[in-house]
Amino acid sequence: MQSRFNLFLLITVLVAITVSASVFFVDERQRVILLKLGQIERSDYQPGLHFKIPFINQVRRFDGRILSLDAQPARYLTGEKKNVIVDSFILWRISDVAQYFRAMGGDEENARLRLSQIIKDGLRAEFGRRSIQELVSGNRDEMVVDLIKEANVTAEGFGIKIVDVRIKRIDLPQEVSASVFARMQAERERVAKDLRSRGAEEAEKIRSDADRQRTVLLAEARRQAENLRGNGDATATEIYASAYGQNEDFYSLYRRLNAYQNIFQGDDLLVIEPKGDFFSRFGDVETSAE
Amino acid sequence: MAWNEPGNGDKDPWGKRGNNGPPDLDEVIRNLQRKLGGLFGGNRGGNQQQPDNNQSSGGSLGLGLIAAIIFVVWLLSGIYIVEPAERGVVLRFGQFQATTMPGPHWHFPYPIDKVEVVNVESIRTVEIGYRSAGARPESTVLSESLMLTNDENIVDLKIAGQYRVNDAAQYLFNVRSPDIILRQMMESAVREVVGQSNMDFVLTEGRSEVATQTEQALQTMLDEHHTGLSVTSVSMQDVQPPEQVQAAFEDVVKAREDEVRQKNEAEAYSNDIIPRARGQAFRIIQEAEAYKSQIVAKANGETSRFLQIMNEYNEAPYITEERLYLDAMESVYSRTNKVMVDVEGNGNNVLYLPLDRMGNRSGSANTNPTRIDMDSLNYPANTNSSSSSNSSNAANDARSRGGR
Repeated sequence: MQSRFNLFLLITVLVAITVSASVFFVDERQRVILLKLGQIERSDYQPGLHFKIPFINQVRRFDGRILSLDAQPARYLTGEKKNVIVDSFILWRISDVAQYFRAMGGDEENARLRLSQIIKDGLRAEFGRRSIQELVSGNRDEMVVDLIKEANVTAEGFGIKIVDVRIKRIDLPQEVSASVFARMQAERERVAKDLRSRGAEEAEKIRSDADRQRTVLLAEARRQAENLRGNGDATATEIYASAYGQNEDFYSLYRRLNAYQNIFQGDDLLVIEPKGDFFSRFGDVETSAE
Repeated sequence: MAWNEPGNGDKDPWGKRGNNGPPDLDEVIRNLQRKLGGLFGGNRGGNQQQPDNNQSSGGSLGLGLIAAIIFVVWLLSGIYIVEPAERGVVLRFGQFQATTMPGPHWHFPYPIDKVEVVNVESIRTVEIGYRSAGARPESTVLSESLMLTNDENIVDLKIAGQYRVNDAAQYLFNVRSPDIILRQMMESAVREVVGQSNMDFVLTEGRSEVATQTEQALQTMLDEHHTGLSVTSVSMQDVQPPEQVQAAFEDVVKAREDEVRQKNEAEAYSNDIIPRARGQAFRIIQEAEAYKSQIVAKANGETSRFLQIMNEYNEAPYITEERLYLDAMESVYSRTNKVMVDVEGNGNNVLYLPLDRMGNRSGSANTNPTRIDMDSLNYPANTNSSSSSNSSNAANDARSRGGR
């Protein structure tokens, strides 16, 4: 009983080991090559379950997804011989896994290095043909279409397909940035000055308009005032004339007498000769008798 | 090689499953086994770990039973539950089989099938130009946030995007580390959009425009490479001129305020003086009106008085004239200081009157009759003045008596 159980166990384990050694899975994400004693035997595996000869065949797995490579920011010369700093990233994947294995030895780091070199050269050529303006505001898809096409010719030799090259950043070098800032500053100052003087202009206009209105108002008022006064004077004169004209002799007397009373006031000192009608009965009797 | 890559390390369903369901199941099965063992094996005592201690009567049966139980457990280990926010991706021998919806499911147990669970509802965030870290104030990443605009100016821009997994299978199989790639694509998209806009546009009315265009560009790129991600929103966090020129930009804002302030001050001035001027004008006119009324009234009054007297005068001209004359003269002479000088004869005589002294005296003591000592008056030619001097003295006295 005991031995039968042990035998069963042994057989089970042996079968399990054999099966597991001769079977391998290919994941949806992977590209796989089968090596036979170091030689590539097969590389066109679909995801799923596959068989191999234990110990003779070896399986090498590679990532079959799109990979991204964030290139280091680098300086490029533009068409007008200006320096720009460009940061880009590359999307790539393994297109021919056998070729990739042969060319790169299956080392992804190695592939990255080669790729960034290829793209750098391509970008240098592209940038040299364009001005900064075109680079910054131009259509970036269009810019990289040729680049990708050319780069793929080289990359094909490595079993790699470049899916996309995207430019992230186009920056001006530090020293150029400084002058850009200076220019922006000057530009802003111009706007500020303009705004301020416009304000002063408006203010002056408003003030002078107000002053004008005031002057006009007052002048008009004075005109009316003088008119009124003249009117009054005329009316008064007419009244006087019509009244006094009724008896000019009496007016002459009346007015004179009033005037005498008005002009001589308390503190005045009169030096009088006793003559005239008023004094006709004054002083020496002889004189009056005379 | 990528089997245990960091990217899918935590997505390994076996890791999860080991912690969640099976232990309980094992427990249940073990209990079951114990009961069954009690049923079949008689006095086994519930100790199934030492089956070889048993007698041969139940041995073969026990072996088969163990195998069956192991098989059942194996089958049960294929049960898994997909949470409402998740999708399960089933792989058979590594090959994509199906995407399963939320709910309980069963798959062929290891090593045949494998399930990877992806959360498709949770919103993930990508931040360009800054990093917000919990409660700490967000830190700016200048190398990301400074961007060139179309007119070769530089803006400092912070933008955030929200996205989620759209297609779990694509998300897992097409691109390695899609989240990192999305971040790079987003950066590329923002810069492309900003690069096609002018600075003023980006800083002012173009904020939402930039965000919208970025979202579109980003989604296009994501779809192009079948990343299985979809952008739910892109929102502009902040757009500023760079720090170096911020003062100048602020000055423009201030200048704009100054402009308005200057205008307002002028308006205030205008509002101050014009109503005053109106008031002043009104006053001028009113004064003139008053003058007019006054002068006319005065004329009327005076003439009315005159006419009434005149009527009386016409009745008795001589006596009225005389009366008026005498009244007037009396009034005049009675109110004033006077010196009567009776100088007859030729004009060679010069009369000297100390007017200043007389003026002072009369000014200081108005109530006292003014007396002038006529002897002190200097008559340089005293030829025939005796009588006249006398008479003047007398006149003086007379005046004094009569006047005051």
